[in-house]
Amino acid sequence: MRIAFLSDIHGNREALDACLAHAGRQTIDRFVFLGDLVGYGADPVYIVDKVNEFKDRGALVILGNHDLAAATGDTSNMNEYAKAALDWTFRELDADARAFLKNLPMSEADEDRLYVHADAFSPTAWNYVTDASRAERSMRATTKRLTLCGHVHRPALYHMMPTKPAVHFLPQTGAGIPVVGNRQWLAVMGAVGQPRDENPAAAYGVFDTATQELTYLRVPYDIESAVEKIHAAKLPRILAARLFVGR
Amino acid sequence: MVREVLETGSTVDGYLIGEKLHTGGMATLWRVSKPGIDVPIVMKVPTILDGDDATIIVGFEMEMMILPRLSGLHVPKVYGIGDYSRRPYVVMEYIEGRALLDRLDEAPLLPEDVATLGARIATALADLHRQNVVHLDIKPSNIMMRASGDAAFIDFGLSRHLQLPDLLEAEFQVPMGTGPYISPEQLLRNRTDRRSDIFSLGVLLYHFATKVRPFGYPQSHHQLRKRLWRDPIPPRKLRPDIPPWLQEIILRCLEPDPKDRYPTAAHLLFDLQHPNQVQLTGRAHKVTRDPIFTAWKRWFRVQGLEAVPHQPEPGSIAAAPIVMAAVDLSEGMEALAEALRLDVGRMLSTLPDVRLACVNVLKLNRLAMNYSLDEEGRNIHVQKLVELKEWARPLRLEQERITFHVLEHAEPAQALLEFIRSNHVDQVLIGARGSSTFRRFLGSVSSQVVAEAECTVTVVRVPLPGALGLVRPVSASPLVESTAKGA
Repeated sequence: MRIAFLSDIHGNREALDACLAHAGRQTIDRFVFLGDLVGYGADPVYIVDKVNEFKDRGALVILGNHDLAAATGDTSNMNEYAKAALDWTFRELDADARAFLKNLPMSEADEDRLYVHADAFSPTAWNYVTDASRAERSMRATTKRLTLCGHVHRPALYHMMPTKPAVHFLPQTGAGIPVVGNRQWLAVMGAVGQPRDENPAAAYGVFDTATQELTYLRVPYDIESAVEKIHAAKLPRILAARLFVGR
Repeated sequence: MVREVLETGSTVDGYLIGEKLHTGGMATLWRVSKPGIDVPIVMKVPTILDGDDATIIVGFEMEMMILPRLSGLHVPKVYGIGDYSRRPYVVMEYIEGRALLDRLDEAPLLPEDVATLGARIATALADLHRQNVVHLDIKPSNIMMRASGDAAFIDFGLSRHLQLPDLLEAEFQVPMGTGPYISPEQLLRNRTDRRSDIFSLGVLLYHFATKVRPFGYPQSHHQLRKRLWRDPIPPRKLRPDIPPWLQEIILRCLEPDPKDRYPTAAHLLFDLQHPNQVQLTGRAHKVTRDPIFTAWKRWFRVQGLEAVPHQPEPGSIAAAPIVMAAVDLSEGMEALAEALRLDVGRMLSTLPDVRLACVNVLKLNRLAMNYSLDEEGRNIHVQKLVELKEWARPLRLEQERITFHVLEHAEPAQALLEFIRSNHVDQVLIGARGSSTFRRFLGSVSSQVVAEAECTVTVVRVPLPGALGLVRPVSASPLVESTAKGA
């Protein structure tokens, strides 16, 4: 089975559509959305509808911190730009959309894999897995062999033997990595809708359960259109500008 | 992990276990068979000692990751791998042939034989490196010579795939390799440099040329580290009959700093295949080791270096391509030759480590094959070589970056294609003569090279006077152009 992982779409319709079209050109048996469907971008309604459709057809969808804030209107822990975008998003979404987001699970287990937005150590604390020690803390908190998460907006892969500290690896785009052996792995997916690793292309990943290979992918998309809509919605301009540089 | 002991006659995942071929410290090899696979295959199983020796397990994990990703003549073909955590094994082609280890007793070999052997291993290395793998344990016992003469590497337990996580680096705080062969940078825990394999190949060639190991058989960490600053005794000191070109090649492979070695295995291969074109430097003629002061300076520099894991640097092969310019020296083709030189010059200016091979083909008459042996033939050959050098003179390229070759062949395109293949040429620049009806009918040399070469080919043309005019649409569909906004 080939599973596509999409994380941190953040209301970016152009980026999501480009990734889905890319995924459509290969065999994908299941879609997993790792949270933060909305926030920052100008198309939250479209994204929620689209992901809802996928959910009806068997996709797994995980809750992200921006989804929770957009559903409840509670943006107290957000920085000013995120707050501005989330207040706007909250007003854009109707009650059904808010309810959909609010009822998303914090994490899902799937065979020997764990899907979570931030980390497994304390999913509701929204910790960022930005280094090996934080990855290790997450891996030690689960018995699952492979954790897939997002939240950081920069692709990374960590692995750990039971008696050793975790190690960071920077994955290369398109090279299938066998996540195997007597060790645990934690894969941070890059962001579909707001990459921050200096590469503006949308990021997603595919895992093949038969070969146990994880592939990180990048898809160029129509950034100009996404930017124009952010400007038209009068959202903070920095949310648009950063898309061009992927920062 | 399954701890059951394999034995002849038992079955694992459909493989019938045959005779035990080899038991080593790390792994055991069994001959196996399976319906549907009609070539000889072996199963490699890690030797699990008491208490799960991490070296063996992690090394085997790396091998199971790397081997199935490799292809070609120079590695064993993989037929199956077991489950990593439950029952690790690799089923692969049984390479019929001879381990290079068996040939060590024949040392010292004749210089030509050392070069031939080196060329075969360098060919295999170039192929491996192109697949993003650094072997990191090149030594005679890890090289099989196939019946065809091709070298094949076995045992990738210490190897590094530059696109995959390095499980070994994460696991161990000590350098990994084989004492006599390990490169200086491996001792500093850099496992990402393809030139490490060139160093180890240099050790192997030194040994086959002199019957002596350049760095002995080090028994301690200090003895191992000596190669970071102390150069070996020049081979010609041990065996004066070794020609300067071979000493130049071997000592360049053994330079302590990777930057001073051949940039790629293909560059080394080029020198091994063209001994008379090897650019001789001080290395070629030295009969003593570097002055103690030089060694001391190296020692001093090394003290400041920390042994830390390295990240691979992208594109180290691409920065040092071998470029071939196929030069047409016929009369009337001067404008084309000049256009070609212009393009070659542009390319050289962007790539500091490029190596340029200037090639001209002397077309042989099929009916007079011995033509090149007579006086007139030799004169023509020398004359073409002179013209080729004159063609390249305006490029002002340092001698060590350029070579000249006049090939004699009845089929010019075949001669070029053979040269491209045997020298691992990365890019060809070739001129195309005008497009006459005659040429279109018979096919030109350049079009055949374009069609059959496995590398990038750039075709250089001289625009015909008056050839530029209005573009006439060739079909009814209008040209659609779109322009990106902004950015």
